[in-house]
Amino acid sequence: MRTEVRIAGFGGQGVIMAGIIIGKAASLFDNINAVQTQSYGPEARGGASRTEIVVSDEEIDYPKVTSPDILVAMSHEALIKYMGDLKDEGILIIDPDMIVEEEIVDFVEEHKIKLYRAPATKTATEDVGLRIVANIVMIGAIVKVTEVVSVDAAKQAILDSVPKGTEDKNIQAFEAGYALI
Amino acid sequence: MVEVRFVQGNEACALGAIAANCRFFAGYPITPSTEIAEQMSILLPKYGGSFVQMEDEIASAGAIIGASWSGMKAMTATSGPGISLMQENIGYGFITETPIVIINVQRGSPSTGQPTMSAQADMMQARWGSHGDYEPIALAPSSVQEFFDFTIKAFNLAEKYRVPVTVLADEVVGHMREKLVIPDDIEIVARKRPEKVDGQYLPFDAPECGTTPMPAFGDGFNIHVTGLTHDERGYPDTNDPESHTKLVERLCNKVLMNRKDICSVKKELCDDADIVIVSCGSPYRSVGAAIKKAREEGIKVGSLKIDTPWPFPEEEIREIAKTAEDIIVPEMNLGQMVHEVERVAAGEANVHLIGKIGGILHKPEEILAKIKEIKG
Repeated sequence: MRTEVRIAGFGGQGVIMAGIIIGKAASLFDNINAVQTQSYGPEARGGASRTEIVVSDEEIDYPKVTSPDILVAMSHEALIKYMGDLKDEGILIIDPDMIVEEEIVDFVEEHKIKLYRAPATKTATEDVGLRIVANIVMIGAIVKVTEVVSVDAAKQAILDSVPKGTEDKNIQAFEAGYALI
Repeated sequence: MVEVRFVQGNEACALGAIAANCRFFAGYPITPSTEIAEQMSILLPKYGGSFVQMEDEIASAGAIIGASWSGMKAMTATSGPGISLMQENIGYGFITETPIVIINVQRGSPSTGQPTMSAQADMMQARWGSHGDYEPIALAPSSVQEFFDFTIKAFNLAEKYRVPVTVLADEVVGHMREKLVIPDDIEIVARKRPEKVDGQYLPFDAPECGTTPMPAFGDGFNIHVTGLTHDERGYPDTNDPESHTKLVERLCNKVLMNRKDICSVKKELCDDADIVIVSCGSPYRSVGAAIKKAREEGIKVGSLKIDTPWPFPEEEIREIAKTAEDIIVPEMNLGQMVHEVERVAAGEANVHLIGKIGGILHKPEEILAKIKEIKG
């Protein structure tokens, strides 16, 4: 089965790294297939940034995401910009502290979106004590809600991707995110 | 040991170059190819190679030709605007029979166009970009794995036929990340160097449809390398029609007469197909999805993927034109390879272009729509 995931936020939150980790988890550690792409342009710095991952147990032909099954929003601007083509009854995971929820109530109702709240930024700052691991916290929440990759694969991909010496903090961040939902 | 990684196409290209024993890179960074230069600058020093960031692309092409004549396997990577600047030296590479590899990660154009967007805008430039008669070799990857494999193949063909080889990638394949399997038994073609001879050494004394071992500067041979029409000694011989004909026909024939060895296509579901989609590079990724949907609806569609746009796989296309009624050619340009398909199909099948510019890959639905339009 083909699953399309989009993670969006602003440049600097590590959304592209989150996409790479999920892609790596699927293709290297769960032994299924994944293609990761990213928005690539001058707008990626400071403004809305996004990454997309196609995960499938079959060979992936078309590498791009057209209507995501799963949308993860870490900033309000990115949510508004990218939520339009989320599938009906799709999964939407938001960081509630970064989002003005009133503005999406109608959209969520109209398209029967399954909405989950994962305060990744707050958890990273207050529980892990490191704001920059908000993306890893969010991966924990994504894995819990969607099971798009396995917990083991996600952890291995995190260890494979983060700088040496930060492994413990990042695994702690993943587990904190996993416990959020 | 087999190594498995999850990397960008551009990174896979650099890893392929290193695996092929490329030990010299000269280039000028340009989007969307920059990661290749970046990776080569990290990797080459670890392998005892050299990375030079040049002042521009003209000098980059010159530097890799010089490196090749010094016995190194050499490469550059660029995009449309850089490729345009390199054309003069690429032509020099053809007439001097210098093995070099040029990576073109294509982007929207003409001119500086769309740096961050994808295109297949330079397919014909890879064929006819430099002036004169010559037969180039080009490979077009459609996945991260192919970008690795085709870069190695480009070096092998460059060495085997002593010819500049282009890898015609594009932004999509350059920037997406996928699984890359690096095998432990990669076939590498090494440079053939001449043996010392008694008497006069003739560096360009090659068989009719072939080439000759290439000495490196410093090997001790007396050689003269020139862009002028030259004789077997390498000396300019510019007024004799026969000399020129002999040289240029050999330069073309060493590629054309070896089409079977060079050309590569991938045929899928063609045997019963009324419609065959002929694609090359990234658009192939949309073709597979479109065919799946069409077959589900009972429409017999097949795919012929061209791995080597140049030399054009004429025989394979001619065969398809005989069995299929219609051929669809999706390209990220306003129609380039479609002219070759039309030329070779010669009216045996109807040829339809889906030309798309703007920087985005064809959606499978767009190809499916064309299939349905043809089936009426």
